[in-house]
Amino acid sequence: MNRRLAISLAGLALCASVPLAAVQAQPIKIGAVAPKTGPLAGGAAVTQWPSIKLWVSDVNGRGGLTMKDGSKRKVELIEYDDRTNPGETIKAVERLATQDKADFIVAPYGTGLVLASAPVFAKYGYPQIAVSAITDKTKELAKRYPNIFFTLGNTTAFAQSVADILKKMVDEGTIGKRVAMVNVADAFGIELAEAARPIFKKAGLEIVYDKSYPLGAQDLASVVKGAKAANPDAFVAWSYPPDTFGLTELAKIEGLNVKAYYTAVATCFPAFAGKFGASAENVLGAGGIDVDSAEMKGYYERHKQVTGVAGDYWAGPVTYASLQVLEQAIEATGGVDRKAVTEAIKQGTFKTVLGTWKFNNQVIDQFWTVGQWQNGRFVGVSSTGKSGAKAVRAKTGW
Amino acid sequence: MDIIIIGLLLGATYCLMALGLTLQYGVARIMNLAAGEWIVVGGFAAYWSFSLQSVNPMWGFAIAVPLAFVLNWLIYRWLLTPLIRRAKTRGALEVDSILATFGMSFIAVGLMRAAFGGEFFNYSFWAEPVDLFGSAYGKNRIAAAALAVLLCVLLYVALLKTRWGMAMRALAIDPQSARLVSIDVEKLSALAFAFGGAVAAAGGVVLSTFLTLDASVGVLFTMKALIIVIMGGVGNLRGAIVAALLLGLVESAIAGLVDPGLTLAGAYLLFVLVLLFKPEGLFGVRR
Repeated sequence: MNRRLAISLAGLALCASVPLAAVQAQPIKIGAVAPKTGPLAGGAAVTQWPSIKLWVSDVNGRGGLTMKDGSKRKVELIEYDDRTNPGETIKAVERLATQDKADFIVAPYGTGLVLASAPVFAKYGYPQIAVSAITDKTKELAKRYPNIFFTLGNTTAFAQSVADILKKMVDEGTIGKRVAMVNVADAFGIELAEAARPIFKKAGLEIVYDKSYPLGAQDLASVVKGAKAANPDAFVAWSYPPDTFGLTELAKIEGLNVKAYYTAVATCFPAFAGKFGASAENVLGAGGIDVDSAEMKGYYERHKQVTGVAGDYWAGPVTYASLQVLEQAIEATGGVDRKAVTEAIKQGTFKTVLGTWKFNNQVIDQFWTVGQWQNGRFVGVSSTGKSGAKAVRAKTGW
Repeated sequence: MDIIIIGLLLGATYCLMALGLTLQYGVARIMNLAAGEWIVVGGFAAYWSFSLQSVNPMWGFAIAVPLAFVLNWLIYRWLLTPLIRRAKTRGALEVDSILATFGMSFIAVGLMRAAFGGEFFNYSFWAEPVDLFGSAYGKNRIAAAALAVLLCVLLYVALLKTRWGMAMRALAIDPQSARLVSIDVEKLSALAFAFGGAVAAAGGVVLSTFLTLDASVGVLFTMKALIIVIMGGVGNLRGAIVAALLLGLVESAIAGLVDPGLTLAGAYLLFVLVLLFKPEGLFGVRR
């Protein structure tokens, strides 16, 4: 058989197979853009990608999403690495919208990357249910972009919760008023430190050490030594993943024996308990979850099964919940009309692994703010109106 | 005292990051932008030994160092030798090698991601306090400093006291003339390049005991190493060591006396000052 004939036969076979495939219903294309490399890749690998994978597996395991006519459509995931570069995020979202013709796009990872891509989501009319984005500007942003949604919380609430916990411990006589506060010199850390200063003061706390350190600093020994020298009763770090680990190891080495020890992002990662073992006990951190709820138990089991890694105790479940919102909005409208789905997200009430969600002007108002490692689990101890919070324990040495 | 010890420990850490590149850039003339990836490879090997095989992470040396040596040798022979043969001037080679190794760093990151996933990997090893002059320091940092000293001494002795080292130095100073005294330039360069990779991997094994790494973190190490190598004077081992220690001391002094937030600014200020007043580097030779 000559080559040309073989090719045309193959082409013919391909044409014949197309109508067959159409009967089986086209999959719904879901685009996802987040870091797989670059500074935020480590965090995204814990909270963003596994949750997306789990959701796709769950939905397809059920046979897909139910459409108006009762048929089921599976979802197909298209992934892009933005290399933690906002320019790349924007390009990838554009590409998903124009080239891949994705039906929906998962919001990117990281406050900066989410906000950088918001205009593109708006331009193409995609609903953007942001998770890993914490800012005090949610109201303004929701007004500017009618298709953006915020789910993880805002800066002030996070600082306020930490202040409330410390104040309670002061009032109970567990700790004194002296707080050492450090922050990573990046948008997240700076914004939180700025929000915390007046809030701590108002709570009657005294900030005795207040320094920042650059993103990606190799050695934080000076920071921890400085904090220790200030003789604090509590230590608060508005930190990012690598420095959360670095600061805690040094606090342990230096013997920074405060009764309240808080580090922000990544304290809730399973790797934190993995590294520090029993020393992690009673460490406070950003996030938290009601680990005893039945939904969450199932979530962690499936997470381990499907992705092979343990789920984290904060943004991971929220990411999953945000996709449940998308799922239920698509099924409620019975189609992939983005405008209708966006409207459904605004109006609807959703059953998620984190309980019932309803957006208030595109923002989720009930969220976990502070968690604590207790008996090997990172449990929620403070929130804005979530149930299931545990009592805060004092840290007794490392 | 605190400031000096923290500074020296930090300097030793930087030294580990930069030694490999000194050999690769100084002797083999390859501005290797994938140098940091080998540190990560060393770190992965240590992590793998400790967390997955439950043995001492220092077994990472046994895996990573030979692996890095062989792979770097192959990279030099197969991927970089054509560039060297083609390059008409040293400048042209530098541009070509920067572009080629930049690409390689992406491939390396991709491979590591595929093999190990993108998560952070870290573990606790030797994270115990050691008392030095009345203040506590991490045992793992001191171990890193000890390794840095050991590597420096070994390399120093090897370069200054052995015939092979003399050939290396000749190659570093003038590759054209080195041929005249029957030095096999290609073979020796490949060896130097391979050694550089091995040294970087060895550093990575120790660094992983106290740094949190992930597959794509290598570029940070490359950047630090570049600054140190250029500041020390290209291809000058002594210069790189002094530059690393100086950088560590300056950063720790700024962190302790002024503000930890200004360490990066201080480091780059030092770099700019060196470039302004001694553009060939601290110990460099003006060409």
